[in-house]
Amino acid sequence: MALLDINNLSVTFDTDDGPVHAVSGLSLSVKRGETLGIVGESGSGKSQTAFAILGLLARNGRTSGSVTFDGQEILGAPTDALNRLRAEKIAMIFQDPMTSLNPYMRISDQMAEVLTLHKGLSKREAVAESVRMLDAVRIPSAKERVRLYPHEFSGGMRQRVMIAMSLLCQPDLLIADEPTTALDVTVQAQIMDLLRDLQQEFGMATILITHDLGVVAGFCERVLVMYGGQVMEEGPTVPLFAEPAHPYTRGLLAAVPRLDEEEVTMKAIPGAPPNMANPPKGCPFRPRCAYASEACATMPPLEPFAPGRARACHVEPGRVAA
Amino acid sequence: MSLISDDTAAAAVPQKGRSPWADARRRFFRNKAAMLGLAILVFVTAFALFGNVLAQWSNEELDFMVMGQVAELGGPTLSNGHYFGTDDLGRDLYARTVQGTQISLAVGIIGALIAVIVGTTYGATAGYVGGRVDTLMMRFVDIFMAVPYMFILILLLVMYGRSIGMLFVGVGMISWMDMSRIVRGQTLSLKGREFVEAARATGVPAPVIIARHIIPNLLGVIAVYATLLVPLMILTESFISFLGLGVQEPLTSLGALISEGADTLNYGTTWQLAFPLLFFILTLFGFFFVGDGLRDALDPKDR
Amino acid sequence: MISFVIKRLAVAIPTLLLLIILSFVLMHAAPGGPFTQEREIPPEVLANLNAKYGLDEPLWRQITTYVTSIVTEFDFGPSFVYKDRTVNEIIAQGFPITLTYGILSFLVAVTVGVTLGVVAAIRQNTWIDYFAVGIAIGAQVLPNFVMAPILVLVFTLWLGWLPGGGWQGPEYWILPVIALSTSFMASIARITRSSMLEVLTMNHIRTARAKGLPERRIILRHALKPAMLPVISYLGPAFVAMITGSVVVDVYFSTGGIGKAFVDAALNRDYAVMMGVTILLGALTILFNLIVDLAYAWIDPKIRY
Repeated sequence: MALLDINNLSVTFDTDDGPVHAVSGLSLSVKRGETLGIVGESGSGKSQTAFAILGLLARNGRTSGSVTFDGQEILGAPTDALNRLRAEKIAMIFQDPMTSLNPYMRISDQMAEVLTLHKGLSKREAVAESVRMLDAVRIPSAKERVRLYPHEFSGGMRQRVMIAMSLLCQPDLLIADEPTTALDVTVQAQIMDLLRDLQQEFGMATILITHDLGVVAGFCERVLVMYGGQVMEEGPTVPLFAEPAHPYTRGLLAAVPRLDEEEVTMKAIPGAPPNMANPPKGCPFRPRCAYASEACATMPPLEPFAPGRARACHVEPGRVAA
Repeated sequence: MSLISDDTAAAAVPQKGRSPWADARRRFFRNKAAMLGLAILVFVTAFALFGNVLAQWSNEELDFMVMGQVAELGGPTLSNGHYFGTDDLGRDLYARTVQGTQISLAVGIIGALIAVIVGTTYGATAGYVGGRVDTLMMRFVDIFMAVPYMFILILLLVMYGRSIGMLFVGVGMISWMDMSRIVRGQTLSLKGREFVEAARATGVPAPVIIARHIIPNLLGVIAVYATLLVPLMILTESFISFLGLGVQEPLTSLGALISEGADTLNYGTTWQLAFPLLFFILTLFGFFFVGDGLRDALDPKDR
Repeated sequence: MISFVIKRLAVAIPTLLLLIILSFVLMHAAPGGPFTQEREIPPEVLANLNAKYGLDEPLWRQITTYVTSIVTEFDFGPSFVYKDRTVNEIIAQGFPITLTYGILSFLVAVTVGVTLGVVAAIRQNTWIDYFAVGIAIGAQVLPNFVMAPILVLVFTLWLGWLPGGGWQGPEYWILPVIALSTSFMASIARITRSSMLEVLTMNHIRTARAKGLPERRIILRHALKPAMLPVISYLGPAFVAMITGSVVVDVYFSTGGIGKAFVDAALNRDYAVMMGVTILLGALTILFNLIVDLAYAWIDPKIRY
C-alpha cells in the first residue's frame, strides 16, 4: 500500500475576481521511502498541492477529491486530527527560510516546542535533542547557536535549521517546497547534498517540489510534471528525462542550459503560464504548444503508455520525443 | 496614521491614458460609507448655513414664558417654536445649535487649513532641502510631538486671551506636525523623479520647484489628510470649549453646548445634551467617512 | 541597552529644558502679566507682587532660578494665586488620584482592546468581529467628553447604579475609567485586529501550523508578539491623549485630580500651576515614550540599541 495516495484532488480559491482553479483533478501516490519530484513553473499548482495535503491552504481555499495517508483520509480532516500528523508523520520545508522561521523566537524555542508537543519531552530534553539535530544538519557549534534568533543566521544556515526542525520527529514523509529557490547557487548545492544524505540516513519518503529540473535529476526516483494545475506527464526520472513524452516536458528540458554540449543552446518556452482565473479551454498548454491541434480543445486524459509512465497528450509519444 | 509609501505613488501612474483622478472619483462614488458621509455633510452644512431661516427665535433672545421653568416648559415642541427646546436661560436651542454648528465647522475647516498650509510648507521645505536642515527640522517636530500639546495650547490661550481668532490659530498650529511628516516623506520620493531633476538642471530656483512641481503632485495626499484633520480640529475645539476655556459667550460651539447640556442633566433637561450631541456626532461621522473614502479612492492600498 | 537609555535621556533633557524656556518666554511676552486681571491693580502693588515672585528680574535669571529649583529640589515654586500654597502642594494633592484612574484606564484599554482585537481577527466576519469593528467606528465620534455625560445620564440618572461624581471609593472609579478608556480601547482593538489579520497570513504562521501546534498556541506564542508591534507604537500617542482626557474626567466627575487644578489655574491665570503641571506631564510623557521604545526592542529581536 502506498504511504500517500492523492486521488482527483482539486484546489480552488475564491477571490474577488471569481474562483481560481489552482489544481484540477490531480492524482499521485508515494510509497514508503520513495522520492518523488513535482516539477512545474510558478503558478502550476505544485505548492498548493503540498499545502492541500497538510491542510495549510489560505482561508479562501477549497478542496475536493481525496488524500489518504497510511490508509487514512486526511483531506478536510478536522484540525485536531491533522495536528497529530503534522511534523510527527508528515513534515514540511518551505521556500523562504527567512520568513518561514519565526523571527521573534529563539531557534531553541521554535525547535523544542515540536518535541514537547509531539513527543512529550521536557523542555531540557527537547533542547538537547534539537542541538543533536542541528549537528546532524551540520550547523557548526550548534550548542551555542541554538540560543540565537533566525536573523542571526545566514540564508543557507536558516534553511538547515528549517530542515533540522522538520526532521525532529523522524517523519514518514517530508515535503520540501522549493527548498533552495531563495538561496545562492553554491548554497543550493550544499542544501541538496544535505537533503540527499539525510533522506538516505532517515529513509523517509520525500516529495521535492521545484521548478529546477537539475535538482530533480540528482534527487528523485520519480517525477511528476505539472502545468496549469494538472499533471502533464509522470514517470521514472531517467526515462522521462531521456525521452520526454509530453511537449511541455520537452520544452522544460530544452530550457535547461547544458554544459556538456559544444554550443550552449537554451530555448525558453515561448509565451507565459496561463492565468488560472481564466484558463484556456482544453489542454492548458495548448496556447504555447508547438504541436497543438484542434483535438487539444478537449483535455486529454492521463494515460499510461510505457511501464510506469503516463502522460496527458493527444500527440503520439514518438512524435514528441523526436 | 499610515504613510503612503513610494510604491503606491508609482502605482498611481495612469495606465493607458486613463486619468488617476477619474479612477479615484469612480472609486469614491462607489463607496457607500463615503456617499453616506457626503450626504451627512451636505445636510449639516445646509443646517449651519440656512438653518436660521426656519428658526422662530434668535439665538440671543430669552423666552420669558419658559424662564425659570425650563425643565417643565422648555422641552422641544413645535407649539412655541422651540424645535430643540430651550437652554437653561430660556434661549432657543435650535438657533443656538445652528450657531454652534457654524462655529464648530468654521474652527474645523480654518484650523485644518492652517495646519495644511504650515505643515505642507514645512514638510516640503524639509524634504526638498534635505541634509542637515531636514534632520534639524524633523527633530524639532519629533520633540514637539512628544509633548502633551493640549496643555501648551491651553497655556497659550490663557496667556494671549481666549479669543476665537486665537482658538483658530492655536488649534491649527498644534496639528501641522503630522501633516509635515507625511508631506516630507512624499517630497523625498518626488525629489528623485525626472521632472524635478530636469527643472533643477535648468536652474529653476528651489521655492519655484516646490510650488510648481512638488506641491501639485501632493494634492491627493493633502486632500485626504485635510479632510481627516477637520474632525480632529472640531474634537480639539470641543474639548477646550467643554472645559469652558474655548469659545466665550455670547458665541457658542457644539462643544460648549454639549458642556452646558452635560451640566444640566441633573434637572432632567436631556434635550439640552441630545441635540448638540446629535449634530456633533453627525459632523464627525460625515468627515471621517468622507476622509476614509477619499483615502481609499486615492490610495487603493489596503489599510 | 544602557547606552540607548543614556542616549534617549540626552535628548529628553534638552527637550524638557526647551519646553520650560519656551513657556517662560511665552509667558513673558504675553500682554499683561499673571496679575493683570479685569480690575486695575495699582502700579505699586503690581511692582510688589512682581518682586515677591521674582518676576522683576531679568528673564534668563528667572529661568535659571526656576530650573535649578526644579532640578535640585523638585520645587515648582509658589502658586501665583493662592498665597499660602505651593505648586508642589497642589500637584501632590491631585496627582495620586489622576495616577490611580489613569493606570486603571490604561490597563483596561490595553487588555480589553487587545483581547477584542485578537478575537475579532480569529473569528473574522462573525458577530464578534462586527461588534469590534462597530465599536471602533463608534468610538471615533465618542470622545471622553461625550462619553462622560452619556454615562452619567444612563448609569447615574436613569439606572441609579453608580455615583456620577466624587472620589470616595472603588465604585466612584468605574465611570471615570470607562469614560477615559473607551476610545483608546476601541483604537487598540482596531489596530490589533488589522495587524493580527496581517500576521496570520505570514509564512512563519504557516510553519507553526505545519508543526501541528494547537491554534491557541499559534496565536499566543507565534502571532501575538508581532501583532503587538503596531499597538506598542500607538501607546505613546495614546498616553498623551489619555493625560489630556484626564482633564475632562477631573472636571466632569469632580474626582479631584490634577486636571481640575490645571483648569482652575487656567481660569485664574495661575501661570505657576499651569507650567508646573505641563512640565510634570511633559516629563512623564517623555519617560513613557522611553519605556515604549524599550518594550519595542524587547519584542523585536532585530532591534538592538
